[in-house]
Amino acid sequence: MAQTLAEKIIARAAGRAAVTPGEIVTCRVDLAMVHDSSGPRRLAPMLERLGVGVWDPDRLVVITDHFVPAFDAASAAIQALTRDWVAAAGVRNFYDMQGVCHIVLPERGHLRPGLFVVGGDSHSCTGGAFGCFMFGVGATDMAGVLATGETWIRVPETIRLRWSGRLGRGVAAKDMMLALCARLGMDGGGYQVIQYDGAAVTELPMAERMTLCNMAVELGAQTGLIAPDATTADYLRDVGAELDGEAGDLARWQSDPDAAYRTTLDFDAGALAPQVAAPHSPANAAPVGEIGPVAVDRAYIGACTGAKLIDLRMAAEVLKGRKVARGTRLLVAPASARAAEQAAAEGTLEVLTEAGASILPTGCGACAGYGGALLAEDEVCIASTARNFKGRMGATSSRVYLASPYTVAAAAVTGRIGDPRELLDGAAP
Amino acid sequence: MTENGPGPNSQAGRAWVFGDNIDTDVLAPGRYMKGPVEAAAAHCLESVDPDFAGQVAPGDFVIGGGNFGLGSSREQAAQVLCILGVAAVIAKSFAGIFYRNAFNLGLLAVLCPETGRIDARDRLALDAEAGVLRNLSSGERYACEPVPAHLLALIADGGLIPQLERRFKSRAGKEGS
Repeated sequence: MAQTLAEKIIARAAGRAAVTPGEIVTCRVDLAMVHDSSGPRRLAPMLERLGVGVWDPDRLVVITDHFVPAFDAASAAIQALTRDWVAAAGVRNFYDMQGVCHIVLPERGHLRPGLFVVGGDSHSCTGGAFGCFMFGVGATDMAGVLATGETWIRVPETIRLRWSGRLGRGVAAKDMMLALCARLGMDGGGYQVIQYDGAAVTELPMAERMTLCNMAVELGAQTGLIAPDATTADYLRDVGAELDGEAGDLARWQSDPDAAYRTTLDFDAGALAPQVAAPHSPANAAPVGEIGPVAVDRAYIGACTGAKLIDLRMAAEVLKGRKVARGTRLLVAPASARAAEQAAAEGTLEVLTEAGASILPTGCGACAGYGGALLAEDEVCIASTARNFKGRMGATSSRVYLASPYTVAAAAVTGRIGDPRELLDGAAP
Repeated sequence: MTENGPGPNSQAGRAWVFGDNIDTDVLAPGRYMKGPVEAAAAHCLESVDPDFAGQVAPGDFVIGGGNFGLGSSREQAAQVLCILGVAAVIAKSFAGIFYRNAFNLGLLAVLCPETGRIDARDRLALDAEAGVLRNLSSGERYACEPVPAHLLALIADGGLIPQLERRFKSRAGKEGS
């Protein structure tokens, strides 16, 4: 029977030859990931109550990113608890303040095609860029996984989003996702799987593919998925991921040509303009020209969605030789320590700081609204992050616009929202 | 239902009505995540209804539109409703992670296409097993989607951890005999 990639991975994890959308199956979990907020501080009491430890400590990755750096005694205590628990539980895969979990996990070679992975964070769908079925769960669900090594899943249908053409200059994967949020709505995914393919997707580097899958949750999907190809294999080889056996069999981890989709939608990447989502929903997105020259107090490059090395490079392309506008602040929180390190080595970071950017610690930072760099009442921010819900990044009356790193950087330079292509095409003033 | 279940054939409660896309930041704001969940509960939904957390009574119902609970995987978004004593969340659709979290914590989440007919403070009575929501204020009856059996079992057990606790105990008991 013809199967989608998602069905193949779920069937393997369920120990079945095939699965059918709608049925409820129990899957063996290949890998679990948690961070400091949803992780040990919530999991430990539950495991203690059950009187069990982690089913397989080598299949658990713990990453601190939400309370990084600790900003008061309470957040410092959460960090300390995390470190102590990791040591006591014998978890060897622990990355402390090395970046946002969704970036660190693949960077350190933990993801590979065909894996069934659960993450204790909603943007865990980012892992789908590597051809694994990875989805976000809450802490109690995760405690169940750690106690038993299993979880249940209602086999989702697959929605196929096929992108032809090629992104224009100054247009990025983030723009594709904002356009999809506007077109499909934040529940368009209906907790099914979104499979991205087509020439425009094939052409994207892994970091941009990660942005597509990252925001699958903003479409209401259980996860996003991109079939592995030579680009995937190159990335995995570079980070030293294990590609022996099943994971290296790229031909197996593809949707069959006659697989059944819930629906297939076609898009033209070449026709896409930079997009901006107005407050308070990613679905309020429109081409930048329709948004108007809104003045911004802050431009923010950050988060798993928008501060990978490639995102920092996009911002630098716009900022090179320019200065942040008077009255506007540019804050940059690189998504991982490695991204920051590479950006420093190649001079990208210097371009940002010379333009006047403040560099924040690597981590979830202002995006999650946990404590650092919150917005004041009525402040307006444009961010390369994934969510602009009311009050998320600070005061209830603050207003957050979402855009690509190009568009965020352009707003930092001019002090208002506008088309970044005008700055990319022209010479620096 | 088992003898210690909360009994979805519950008594009447008042409706607290919200629109589409109630997100997890509105339910459990990020800036309260570092503290105890009870503290976050006091701020539940405050940015859309400042009266809610202070005035909701045990047994009341939270009524949503489409895509209730979208956003973060933080289960505190469901847990704060448990702490406030909400009997069930009834919505046209739920975000997937919130839906799983609710049942894992013993909070009933029920799909009902007709939540738009419910007014604030209407008195409601829900029979989740039968899939019937009665509006005692208007006299209307709304059909709800049946809750899958394995999720009703989670509610009966009081959530995933009590369910697993029971499973492990019975396994240990068998091994011991």
